[in-house]
Amino acid sequence: MAKRLSVVDMDRCVGCQSCMFACARRQGDGGLGTACIGVRSAGGIRKGFVVVVCRACPDPPCANVCPTDALQIRPGGGVRLRPERCIACGRCAEACPFGAVFRDHHTGKPLICVYCGYCARFCPYDVIELQETGVLHHADG
Amino acid sequence: MPTDDTWQRVLTIDLTRKEFAVDVRSDVFGTDIGGTGAAIRLLTETCPAGADARGPDNPVVLAVGPLVGLFPLASKTVAMFKSPHTGNLGESHAGGRSAVSIRMAGYGAIIIRGASASPVYLVLEDGRVHFRDASALWGLRSSYTVGSVLRQREGGSGCRSIMRIGRAGEVGVTYAGVITETYRHFGRLGLGAVFGAKKLKGLVVIGRRSLPVADPRAYRQLYDGLYQAATSSPLMRKYHELGTAMNVLPLNSIGGLPTRNLQAGVFDGAETISGEHLARHHLGRRLACAHCPVACIHLAALRTPYPRDPYFYKTEMIGYDHELIYALGSMLGVGRTDDLLRLLDEVEVQGLDVMSTGVVLAWATEALERGLISGRETDGLPLAWGEAGPYREAIRRIVSQPNEFYRALARGVDHAAARYGGADFALAFGGNEMPGYHTGPAAHAGWLTGARHSHLDNAGYGLDQKAAAAGETLSPDGVARALLAEERWRQVLTSLVICLFARGIYDEATVQAALAVAGLDLAPGDIHDAGARILRAKHAFKVREGFRADELRLPARIFETASPAGPFDEAFLRETVACYMANL
Repeated sequence: MAKRLSVVDMDRCVGCQSCMFACARRQGDGGLGTACIGVRSAGGIRKGFVVVVCRACPDPPCANVCPTDALQIRPGGGVRLRPERCIACGRCAEACPFGAVFRDHHTGKPLICVYCGYCARFCPYDVIELQETGVLHHADG
Repeated sequence: MPTDDTWQRVLTIDLTRKEFAVDVRSDVFGTDIGGTGAAIRLLTETCPAGADARGPDNPVVLAVGPLVGLFPLASKTVAMFKSPHTGNLGESHAGGRSAVSIRMAGYGAIIIRGASASPVYLVLEDGRVHFRDASALWGLRSSYTVGSVLRQREGGSGCRSIMRIGRAGEVGVTYAGVITETYRHFGRLGLGAVFGAKKLKGLVVIGRRSLPVADPRAYRQLYDGLYQAATSSPLMRKYHELGTAMNVLPLNSIGGLPTRNLQAGVFDGAETISGEHLARHHLGRRLACAHCPVACIHLAALRTPYPRDPYFYKTEMIGYDHELIYALGSMLGVGRTDDLLRLLDEVEVQGLDVMSTGVVLAWATEALERGLISGRETDGLPLAWGEAGPYREAIRRIVSQPNEFYRALARGVDHAAARYGGADFALAFGGNEMPGYHTGPAAHAGWLTGARHSHLDNAGYGLDQKAAAAGETLSPDGVARALLAEERWRQVLTSLVICLFARGIYDEATVQAALAVAGLDLAPGDIHDAGARILRAKHAFKVREGFRADELRLPARIFETASPAGPFDEAFLRETVACYMANL
C-alpha cells in the first residue's frame, strides 16, 4: 500500500516547525528552503496553527493542470515530480486548495512531498503521522 | 570555511533617508560569532559616545548567529541599543520566529539607524526593504490589533516574524518593550521606546532559504542527539510541562518569592498563581518558538462574562511565565488567578515590560501606604496590595500619563523614588527593576554586576539556592568568581543565540561540533576567549557611557527581608562587586 502523510491532531501543534526543518534536512540542507510541509498560524498564534501537508489526493489537481506532465500520478494517490520536465510555471501550486505545493525559492519548481515520513519522526507532539492511503482517520487532513 | 556566509551579512537601514545597504562583515562574525558578540561590536561602532537614547543617533542592532536554522533551540535574537531606561547598554533577547526569520531572510544582523519623520513600519523580503506608512496604526489602543493588521496586510505567513510596539513605546515609557509573535518580547530596558522615538511601529521579516552544510550525514547525526536531548532530557522537562511558572511554589516554600514590594519572601496567595494551579485550571494552549520542540510558552484561557449581557463571553489567551507571575502577582499581593491574568493582559495591550511595571507599581503602593504620596499623585487611584482594579487602571495611566506622578512612573522606579522619596524600597539595580528572586546575596550581586542587570546574565539565584540547600556559607570572592565564569560562558551561548533554557544540553563539546557543521572551526580555547572578550566589550561600552560600579545604588530593603541563603549586608555586596570588576 502507498503511504501518505496525515495530520492526526492539529490542536496539539505548538508551531515549532521541527517538521519543516526535518524535511529540508532529509534532503541534505539546513534551513527551510526545500521543506515540503508548512506550519503557519491560524490567523495569529493565539488561535493555534495550521499544518499544511500533501494529502496524496487520488485525483490530484496539481497533476491535472501540469502542462508538461512533470507531475506523475502515483499509484494509490499523490504525485511524483519529474524535475527535468518541469518548466516552473507554478500552476500546480495554484491548483492545490491546501497550498501544499511549495516552491523552491531559487528555481521556482515545486517541492513535492515524497511521503517518507521523516518529518513525523521529528514531531514532538504526534500531530502528523505516516499512514496508508485510503485509510480515514479522525481529524483527517 | 563557513558553508554559508549569509549569517555574516549586515543589513543597515536608515530611517531618516529611507535607504538601506548590505555589508559582509566577516571581521565581526569571524571572531565574535554572532548574537551578543556581533551586536556589541556593531553597537560600539555605530552608537556615538554620549548619544541620546531617544535620538536618531541611537542605533538598534538585531543579531542572530551561525547555528540559527541549523540546530534546535538556536532560536533567539539579540537586540542591542542604548537604553532610554538606564541611559546605558540596552540588551534584550527574544525568540518567537524572529531569529529564524532574520537568518532565513539572509542576514546575520540588522542595524536600524536614524529616525523617520512620520510613523512607518518596515518589511524585509527578497533582499529588499519596504518602508510602509504606519500613520494609521499610530495611537491604536491595543498592541494585539497592530499584530493582526500587519499579519493580514503582509505576506510570508509561516515564514516570517512580526515585531511591533504598543502605545507605551509610542509615548516613550522608558521600559516599553517590542512584542514579537504576540507572546514573546524584547521586554527589558526599553527597546520599545527606541522604536517609538524612531517612529518605527513595526518590523516584518520574511524569509525562506536553504543553508548548505559541509557534511549532511554528520549534521543529521548531531541534530538527532540534540533533538533527543531537547525533547526527552530531564534537563528540559520543567520547561515543557509547567513552563517557567513551575518556579513559583518552590521559591515561595524557601522564602525567596518577592512579595508586596519585597516586604516578605513568602506569599500566602502563591498557590493560586502557581504553575500547577494555572496548568490545572487555565492552560489553554502551548506554543514554541520557531525551531524549538520544547514549547515552553504557556497560554492561559481566561473566560470573562459581560456583566450586563447574559450569554456573551470573551475568551482571551494570555501568556504566563515565572517573572510575569512574580511582577504582577506576588510583588503586588495579587493572588486571584483571574486578576493576575487581567493585569498581564493589560501590560500586553499597552506594550510594557512586565517586570519593570510590577516593581514600579509595588513601589507606588508602598509609597502611598507610607504617605510619601497621596491620592493627589495617584490621581485618585487607591493603590493597595491585591487590588487588581486600581492596578489595571494604573497600568493604563503609566501610558496615558495624566499628571506628573505618572510621567515619573513612566521613567522607572529609580526616577520616581528620586522625585518622591522611598529609595530604600525602590527595587532597581543599575537602573533596571529587579527580577523575581530574593534568594540571597548572589542573586542581588548578579544583577548589580551583570552587563544588563538581569537574572539571565549569570543566574546568581542558582548559587544562592545551592548554598542554602547544602547549608554552605557564600563568600564575596567565591560569588564574584562564580558569577563571572557563568556570565562569560553565557556570552558564548547568547552569541550563538542558543536559548538559555538549553544551556544544559549545549555543552562545550556540542557547541564545537555544531559550529563545525556550519563550517566554523573554533578551538575550545578560542570559544572561551570569545566569551571573556565579549563580556569585557560590553563593560567597556558601559564605562564609556558613564557606568561606575562603585556608584551602584543598593536599596536597603534587600537586607531587611530574610532570604533563603541567610542574612547578608551591603559590605558583602560591595566587596562582591569590586571583586567581580577586578577580575573582569
